Amino acid sequence: MATLTQRLLGSRGDLLALLLLAAVIFLVMPLTLDIFRLNLVGKYLTYAFVAVGLVLCWGYGGILSLGQGIFFGLGGYCMAMFLKLEASDPEATAIQSTPGIPDFMDWNQLTELPWFWVPFENFAFTLIAVLVVPTVFAFLIGVAMFKRRVSGVYFAIITQSIAAILTILIIGQQGLTGGVNGITDLRTLLGWDIRTDSAKYVLYYLNGALLIGCIVIGRYILSSKVGKLLLALKDKEDRVRFSGYDVSNFKIFVFCVAAMFSAVGGAMFTLQVGFMSPSFIGIVPSIEMVIFAAVGGRMSLIGAVYGTLLVNYGKTAFSESYPELWLFLMGALFIGVVMAFPNGLAGILKSDWIRRVFVRPPLAAIDGGAAVRDASPAAKPAATASSPDDNLPRPAGAGR
Amino acid sequence: MFEGYTASELGAIFAMQGFSGLSLFCVFLLMALGLAIIFGQMQVINMAHGEFLTIGAYTTYMLSTIAEQYAPWFMDYYFFLAIALGFVIAFVVGWLVEFSMIRFLYKRPLDTLLATWGLSLIMQQFFRSTFGAREVSPTLPDWLLGSYQLTEMTEIPINGMLVVTITAALTVAVFFLLFRSRWGLKVRATTQNRVMAGAAGINTARVDRNTFALGCGIAGVAGAVFTTIASTGPTSGSLYIVDTFLVVVFGGAASLFGTIASAFSIAQAQSILEFFLTGSMAKVITLTAVIGILMLRPEGLFSIRVRK
Amino acid sequence: MSNTDFLLAIENLTVSFDGFKAVNDVTAYIDYNELRVVIGPNGAGKTTLLDLICGKTAATGGSIRFKNRELTRLAEHRIVREGVGRKFQTPSIYENLTVYENLEVSYPSARDVIKALFFRVDEEIDARIREVAETIFLADCLDMEASLLSHGQKQWLEIGMLLIQGPELLMLDEPVAGMSVKEREQTAELLKRICKDRAVIVIEHDMEFVERIANRVTVLHQGQVLAEGPMSEIKNNAKVVEVYLGH
Repeated sequence: MATLTQRLLGSRGDLLALLLLAAVIFLVMPLTLDIFRLNLVGKYLTYAFVAVGLVLCWGYGGILSLGQGIFFGLGGYCMAMFLKLEASDPEATAIQSTPGIPDFMDWNQLTELPWFWVPFENFAFTLIAVLVVPTVFAFLIGVAMFKRRVSGVYFAIITQSIAAILTILIIGQQGLTGGVNGITDLRTLLGWDIRTDSAKYVLYYLNGALLIGCIVIGRYILSSKVGKLLLALKDKEDRVRFSGYDVSNFKIFVFCVAAMFSAVGGAMFTLQVGFMSPSFIGIVPSIEMVIFAAVGGRMSLIGAVYGTLLVNYGKTAFSESYPELWLFLMGALFIGVVMAFPNGLAGILKSDWIRRVFVRPPLAAIDGGAAVRDASPAAKPAATASSPDDNLPRPAGAGR
Repeated sequence: MFEGYTASELGAIFAMQGFSGLSLFCVFLLMALGLAIIFGQMQVINMAHGEFLTIGAYTTYMLSTIAEQYAPWFMDYYFFLAIALGFVIAFVVGWLVEFSMIRFLYKRPLDTLLATWGLSLIMQQFFRSTFGAREVSPTLPDWLLGSYQLTEMTEIPINGMLVVTITAALTVAVFFLLFRSRWGLKVRATTQNRVMAGAAGINTARVDRNTFALGCGIAGVAGAVFTTIASTGPTSGSLYIVDTFLVVVFGGAASLFGTIASAFSIAQAQSILEFFLTGSMAKVITLTAVIGILMLRPEGLFSIRVRK
Repeated sequence: MSNTDFLLAIENLTVSFDGFKAVNDVTAYIDYNELRVVIGPNGAGKTTLLDLICGKTAATGGSIRFKNRELTRLAEHRIVREGVGRKFQTPSIYENLTVYENLEVSYPSARDVIKALFFRVDEEIDARIREVAETIFLADCLDMEASLLSHGQKQWLEIGMLLIQGPELLMLDEPVAGMSVKEREQTAELLKRICKDRAVIVIEHDMEFVERIANRVTVLHQGQVLAEGPMSEIKNNAKVVEVYLGH
């Protein structure tokens, strides 16, 4: 019978893991890195939003989406549109043929703001749009797919195709969207210059806080009945349906949550990095985001964050010095994670041999291994479907 | 969109766009055939399928270079060798891939997607390291260039006709292989009831391996064909991969005819729209329409009602 | 379509797959608190019949009325909520969850997403879970991961997952397949117990087991009802012996 705090923060081990992550994000990184590198970490952490969402819908729900870039990009573009309009007031754009509209529109001979840009002059609208537009889009996709029982491989391919289509559309409509370069040269948010170092610090902390917030929400969902149902329907969808549940509703729900998280990440990306382009929407970035979650542990919300940081750090480090090697490594990473480490880093940390080495000495078979079943490792970097009654000894495989 | 053209002009436009669409259709069809065989047989979607096309394309390029430098008398004939060799090399690589990786992942189709994506990254980087990042083109033999004047308004390119011929021949060959040969019988038996097929003495593992390799080999032929349409780079395979998946899913993956019809309609729709709109909008509209139809009829255009 | 006092009224039920009639014009009536066993050779249409009732397969003709409500047009999860529970041939339990969690998830409340988000197991529900676990002989295994149960225990768990929903009609497809002799005895006892509050349809092949539990027996052959009646009659029915029982 879990209380609200238990639902949000998990067991003692889970809480420890969350505090550790918070310490890393809020203390360790800012103290050890210069602002340039910190900004880079901030960028990686925006990808982590997507990875955390994927833990929910893919790790627990079994829904592989190869198009999460769609929602990341939609959130990012909404924020970019607002910032661009702010940077394109008539004074700053006085030299254009049509002052008051973004530069790329002017280059494409547009003479007025397209209708769907106009509402983004308002900040409140923009904030709402960041949350609502991608989620509604996800809802539509979810309803169209899950109500018709399309899932698995078909669903993955269709999300991939939608990501491709959206990218082509955005690139093709240069005048409306900035085309392949995206929306760039963003300067101020409500008068506050986002390009200064102090702004970057503030945005970094805001980003971290929002990410922790998403993890806490994710934990709540996973520890509730919904979390157990997700595990159940991943395993035996028919059985769930024949227990009286409308399975599609749960799939739609978790897919929308993942989309919303990704959108927030996208918006924070725009703020921290100063632009948004279609190169974050398409097939390649979307599938990379999946690998972030896979490396960290597709069943672990916190693991997903570490996975994102690790892979992105590797990417930056290697592609400068050994660009050829990096792509080979990435490919090997995909294959390795699938074949050797299906539960990523988190899975390795929780596996039996680590536990035996660090937590308890190997046990004799006297009690039939029951003691091993009851053991909880000291720090479990996972959010699991926690037992509703914490008086019951937790079974061994609970961190799947 | 259609104003300003006379009826006969429109007819000619459709015919010519239709024919250029035909080359596209052939590449789609060959890629989709290979993928449909694999998907229909083993429920495996191979994200690296495009890279097998690239194998065939680079093979053609290498043969062309060798012929040019060492055996100019061979220039007129090398293309046919390229097709055969493209098939063989792609077949062998596919065989090895199935043996070392795919066969461990049969129960996990989503994980197969990711693993084969990783494979495609590795293959692409291999191409980049071996052939360079810039696009290359084989020197096509003389008789392949030029076109044939059909009527006053329409000209049909010769390489287009060769491409269609090769595709038709290969499709027919696949049909006979799958539906009229003993081996094809084994393949179909394994697809429909794996356990019973195994119990009846069919080596299902070997059938799977050969089927996968066959699908990859066909993609290799698609690659040779591809060199007549466009230049080859390390990422050429990824150009068509999304379309190929949609073709397979749209056609239902259950029937050869479905795959053909699906490839034809998607290629033609795109090609014809391209004339009247920009290239990107043509693609967007076609793909969106396909997805829209799939949402209404998820099992694809052609499927058989089966008792679960 | 007659108005009926029976719990389950199947009339002229037919399903055809590309011309092949797996179930052909079947009419049968199940009463409240009845334990009906359905037997028949393989391919007779027994599993298909259950599929039709629970909505897994759509009928091409005929009607199924449950407490006078027509089931053939309802979605699967709605049929479940009407009070029909179906157990599958191979044990269909959630291997990733514990026995307790399996039962918890099957508890018939908070079936919408929003309600499920805020659902909490209170004392009443906890008591009910333990009560059902007791009934299915799994009271000592509540915190065990379901994948570790024996085959027979998994069958019982699935029955328990259905029991906890409180169905008025329970349909079991080969519940004792793969069970030891002792487990079969226990299952027979279990079925007799649960039959007191609800109707049960059982598909089974083990004749000894059938004799132990059956009130009435329906024999299906090639999609049609061959015979129906008490077990003693069926055993001596010439047609049935020829087609099926054989000895």
